[in-house]
Amino acid sequence: MGILLRRIAATLPVMGVVALLVFLLIHLSPGDPAALIAGDLASTDDIARLRATLGLDEPLWRQFALWAARLAHGDLGTSIFTQVPVTALLAQRIEPTLSIALVTMTIAIVFSIPLGTLAAHRAGSWIDRAVMVFSVLAFSVPVFLIGYLLIWGFAIQLQWLPVQGYARLADGVGPWLAHLVLPCVNLALVYMALLTRMTRATVLEVLQEDYIRTARAKGLGMLAVLGHALRNAAIPIATTVGVGIALLIGGVVVTETVFAIPGVGRLVIESVQRHDYPVIQSVLLLSAGVYVLVNLLIDLSYPLFDPRIRDA
Amino acid sequence: MMKRLAPVLAAAALGACLALAAGSAAAQTKTLRFVAHADVKILDPTFTTAYITRNFGYMVYDTLFAQDASGTPKPQMVDKYTSSKDGKEWRFTLRPGLKFSDGKPVTAADCVASLQRWSSRDSIGRAMTAAGAEWKGVDDSTFTLTLKEPFGLVLDGLAKPSGFPPVILPERLAKMPTTAPLSEVVGSGPFLFKRDEWVPGSKAVFVKNPAYVGRKEPPSGLSGNKTAHFDRVEWLYLPDSNSSTAALKNGEVDMIEQVPPDYITPLRSDPNILVGSGGAYQGFIVFNQLFPPFNNAKVRQAVLHAVNQEKFVAAMGYPLDMRTTYCATWFICGGPNQTDAGAEPFRKVDVAKAKQLLAEGGYKGEKVVVLVPTDITYLNAAALVTVQTLKSIGMNVDAQTSDWATITARRAKKDAPDAGGWNVYVTVAGEFDVNSPMTNAYLSAACGNSLPGWPCDKTLDELRAAWVRETVPAKRKEALDRFQMRAFEAVPYAYFGQYSPAYAARKTIRNLDKYWGIPTLWALDK
Repeated sequence: MGILLRRIAATLPVMGVVALLVFLLIHLSPGDPAALIAGDLASTDDIARLRATLGLDEPLWRQFALWAARLAHGDLGTSIFTQVPVTALLAQRIEPTLSIALVTMTIAIVFSIPLGTLAAHRAGSWIDRAVMVFSVLAFSVPVFLIGYLLIWGFAIQLQWLPVQGYARLADGVGPWLAHLVLPCVNLALVYMALLTRMTRATVLEVLQEDYIRTARAKGLGMLAVLGHALRNAAIPIATTVGVGIALLIGGVVVTETVFAIPGVGRLVIESVQRHDYPVIQSVLLLSAGVYVLVNLLIDLSYPLFDPRIRDA
Repeated sequence: MMKRLAPVLAAAALGACLALAAGSAAAQTKTLRFVAHADVKILDPTFTTAYITRNFGYMVYDTLFAQDASGTPKPQMVDKYTSSKDGKEWRFTLRPGLKFSDGKPVTAADCVASLQRWSSRDSIGRAMTAAGAEWKGVDDSTFTLTLKEPFGLVLDGLAKPSGFPPVILPERLAKMPTTAPLSEVVGSGPFLFKRDEWVPGSKAVFVKNPAYVGRKEPPSGLSGNKTAHFDRVEWLYLPDSNSSTAALKNGEVDMIEQVPPDYITPLRSDPNILVGSGGAYQGFIVFNQLFPPFNNAKVRQAVLHAVNQEKFVAAMGYPLDMRTTYCATWFICGGPNQTDAGAEPFRKVDVAKAKQLLAEGGYKGEKVVVLVPTDITYLNAAALVTVQTLKSIGMNVDAQTSDWATITARRAKKDAPDAGGWNVYVTVAGEFDVNSPMTNAYLSAACGNSLPGWPCDKTLDELRAAWVRETVPAKRKEALDRFQMRAFEAVPYAYFGQYSPAYAARKTIRNLDKYWGIPTLWALDK
C-alpha cells in the first residue's frame, strides 16, 4: 500500500509538468477561438469584444493560474464554443472510447497470443512465416484504408453491419456490438500485429531456456510446456497490452472519424481545430493521467507473473 | 420451483411487452437523419454569422417575416401590418396563439426586445437604427416602428434570411448582453431542441413542436406553413465524406446537406439517390486595403480583369450544371438584385489590361502574401487558382499555407504583410450574404468598418445610402445599377465565380422541390 501511495504521489509532478506544457503549447499555437466563434463575416471589433468576454485578452500567466486553480477544485471548465461543461462532454465521449478499447484489446489478445505462441513453437515453418506476413501487413497498411475496405465489404456490399455511428450499451448489447465490430476489427489488426510479434519473440526466447529443455526431458506435454513458457514471457506482453489500452483510451482519431464514432479522439481533434482551450487542456491532461495510471497498474501487475519481483 | 420461477417469468414477459411497445413506438416515430454541413456548437443565431448556427435558428425559432422561394418578404409570425404612405410609420399585429417552447405566449414585448437586440448586431438593423428606427409595443399582440428618415428595406430587413436573421426570442433572453452567446434555447419555431440528446461534435436532435401554429399558406422558401412532417430530426455530423456517402447509400442517413464535389458524380449514378442544388454561393478574393499594393483601386481592378471565373469554379470541382461560366453581377446570378451594369469590361480575361493597370497602380514587384488554407478542399483550390492568377499578371506571390482556423485569426490582424499580416485570402459566401448592397458583407461595409480587408470607398457609401432610402422600385433599380458600376471601379473585393453546393437525398424523401438554400426541413416528408 505504501508503495502504491508513493508511486501515485510521484505521478503528481509529472501531471503538473504535463499540464503546464499542454497549456503553453495550445496557447502559443496560432489561431483565435474568438474569430472562429464570431463567424466568417464578423468584424475585428466583434472579435475583440468576444476575446475580452472569454478572458482571452488576459496575460497568459493569469489564464494559466485561473485554470490551475479551477483544476485543483476538480473543475475542468466549460467549452468556449458549446458552453457545455467539459466533464459533461467527456462523459458523453468516454463510453464509446472505453467500448472500443475493451473490444479491440479483447479481439487482439484472443487472437494474437495463441498465434504468436504457435509461431514461436513452429519457428521457421510455413505457419511462422504466414503469421509474420500477416503481422507485417496488418501493421503497415494504413488504418483508414482497411476501414474503408471493411465498410465497403461488410456494410455496403453484404449489408451485415452499419457503416457508421455508435449505439449505447444501454440500448442493447446487439446494436452496441454491431456498431463496434468493424471499427474494433479495424483497430485490432494493428494491435494483433504488434502483440503477435511480441509474443512470438518472447516465447521463442523462453523456449530456448534450460528449464524448458528440462521440462521437455522430463516428458511434460507440449501444451504444458507452452503454458510455462507463456507465463515466463508474460511481462513484455502485459506491458504491450497495457500501453495499447492507454493509447486506445487516449482516443483513436482516424478510426473514430472513418466510422463516425463520437469518442475522445474526435473530441480532441475537433477541439484542436477550433482552439477550444478548456476542452483540449482537460482531455490531454486526462489522457496523460490515464497513461500514467495504466503504466502504474502494469508495474503493479508484474509480481502476479513473476513472484521474484514481489519477493524482491 | 414454479413459485420461485413465476416472478422471473412475469418479469421476462413484462420486459418483452415493454420492448415490443417501445419497438412499436419507435416504428411510428418518423425520423429524418440529416447530415449537416458542420457541427452545431453555438446555439445563438443572434451571436454568430456561422451558417450552421443560422440553420439551427430556423429549426427552433421563427421570424416576423420570411422570404418566400422567389425572395419576396412575406408575413410569418405577423398576421397583419400597415405602413404610412411615406414609409415612416409601421404597425404590426402578431398571429394569435403563438407560443414559445416554455409554454408562454409570444407577445409584442418579446418582438420589440428581439428587434432591438437584432438592430445592435445586424447591418440592416444598424442602418435602420441610423434612420431613426424606434420600436414600441402597443398591446400584447401589436407593436409599431417609427422611422425619422425613409427606409426602403424594412420588410427585407425583417425577413433577412442570413447573417443575423431577426429571430424572435423571449424578452428576458433578448435583453441579455450580446457579448456572449445565449446558451438557453427558447423559441417558437417548428421544432424543439432536445438538449438532453445533444452530443456536440456528433449529433443534435430536434422533435416536432406540438404547439407550433402554422400559417395557412403552403411552405415556400422560409415562409408559409412550417408545421413539421417529421416527428424527429437528427442532425448528424459525419466529418468523413466517404463514410457519410456510404451511410447514405446504405440508408443509414436520409440526406446530406452538402456533398463534396468529388462525390457528386458517383452519387448521381445511384438509382436510390437524388442529387440537387441547394442555393448559390459566390467566391471572394479579399484584399488587405491597408497596405500596398491593394490599397490602390487600380491594382484591385487589375486582379478582377485577370480572374477567369470558369477556372476557379472548375478547380473547386463542381460539375458544369452546378457552376456558372461567368456571372456578371456582384449580387448573385438568378438573385433578386441581379444586374450586369458595369460588367462589360470584365467579361473576358484581359491580362494585358491587368498588367497595364498594375503599372498604373504603381506596383513594383513587392511581395504579396496570399493565405492558402490546407484543410478546406474547395478553399484550397480557389486559393491556389488565385496564386496562379496573380502570378499570371506578374505579381510576386508568397503563398503561405495554414489551417483555416489560423487564417481566421491572422486575417483580423492589421500588421504589415511582412510582419505577420497578409495581402490576400479567399472565402465564399451563400447567396443571402451576397445578394444586395446591404446583405453582402463586403459591399455593405462602410468606411470605418472593422471587416478584415478594411475596404473603404466614400462614393460606394453614398450610393448604398441612396439605394437604402429609395422606396420606388424602378428608382431602386437605377440606384442599384449605379452602386454596382461603382463597385467595378472601387473593387472592394474581387468575386471569382458562382456555384451551387449539392445536396443528396434518398429518393424516399419527398417535397425536395420545397428544399431551399437554407435547409427547410419542416417542408420535407418521407
